Amino acid sequence: MLNYIWAFMILTGVVYAAFTGNMASVTDAALSSAGEAVSLCVTMAGVMALWMGLMKIAERSGLIAGLASGIQPFLSFMFPRLPKKHEAREYIATNFIANILGLGWACTPTGLKAMEALAELEKERGNPAYLREGKNGAARTASREMCTFLILNTSSLQLIPVNMIVYRTQYGSADPAAVIGPAILATLFSTVAAVVFCKIMDRKP
Amino acid sequence: MANILANFSNIIIPVIIFYIVAHGVLNRVQVYEEFVGGAKEGLKTVVQILPTLVGLMVGVGVLRASGFMEFLGKMLGHLTERFGIPADIVPLILVKMFSSSAATGLVLDIFKTHGTDSYIGMLTSILMSCTETIFYTMSVYFLAAKVTKTRYTLAGALLSMTAGLAASVVLAGMMG
Repeated sequence: MLNYIWAFMILTGVVYAAFTGNMASVTDAALSSAGEAVSLCVTMAGVMALWMGLMKIAERSGLIAGLASGIQPFLSFMFPRLPKKHEAREYIATNFIANILGLGWACTPTGLKAMEALAELEKERGNPAYLREGKNGAARTASREMCTFLILNTSSLQLIPVNMIVYRTQYGSADPAAVIGPAILATLFSTVAAVVFCKIMDRKP
Repeated sequence: MANILANFSNIIIPVIIFYIVAHGVLNRVQVYEEFVGGAKEGLKTVVQILPTLVGLMVGVGVLRASGFMEFLGKMLGHLTERFGIPADIVPLILVKMFSSSAATGLVLDIFKTHGTDSYIGMLTSILMSCTETIFYTMSVYFLAAKVTKTRYTLAGALLSMTAGLAASVVLAGMMG
């Protein structure tokens, strides 16, 4: 899937630029975007190390287990086959909580850890594609848990759109916070759609 | 209200850090050693996703610089205006699927041209609050699990985004 999307972006971009005379800016964009990705990673590395360090403490002190227990009923509903005692559960729980609270910086680290743990789970389940390691390992297929996790994640769980309120204030809105109510409703609606979709797909063999 | 919220987001991080460390100390965790161990794992993960990030950002950068996004926005705009989605919003919806920061650039542009409290301004505000960077999240997360076949994930993500979009149009219409 991503192979096609990525190829489409690059090929369409270059061909379109050739016809519209934007080749120079495409050259610029290609080089500067690659550089941007690296500097983004450098910035992210610090935040990621800080967050994962803190999370390790929280894990050892039992804080995460306590926090995660709050949304266990929801997790059991969305991930019926996920073992009760798996570390993936903790990461998913923390990721959802970070998303709901709008802690953007905390979402990616926990999300990545959750995906790694879900891959580990497939290995434990004896899924052949996940047992083989190495560069040219078999094409891995996403597990149901991965699909559900990703769909819920992209459905936006954030309750209060702090960024938007700040931008609205900057641009002289008469009522910057007016977005909160509709934003919660719209988020709820998109999340319910995601939940229903995941439950339907999850039932299929 | 906006000030309270801005303050809230300013204090929440120190409060969380304080709480985690205090909770650790109270439970006799070797806080510093554990922190360093965790930080090491975090760095490993970042190094792993760097290649995807380079690929993805170059792809988006090339597509944006070519002018294709604007072209697509203009073309689709005629169609979407019938459903209450102005042409100016179309590139924003497309860009938001790939990059949050690129979308922010477009949002500020819209606020500058149309104001924040107009129909377009309100629609933009709600829409950005209820959508996520689908392709970015998918590619980075699936890379962490080394998955290439993503099954029904994209369909679900797009469906959820469409639901959010529809809700935004209705709600913005009610507000304006």
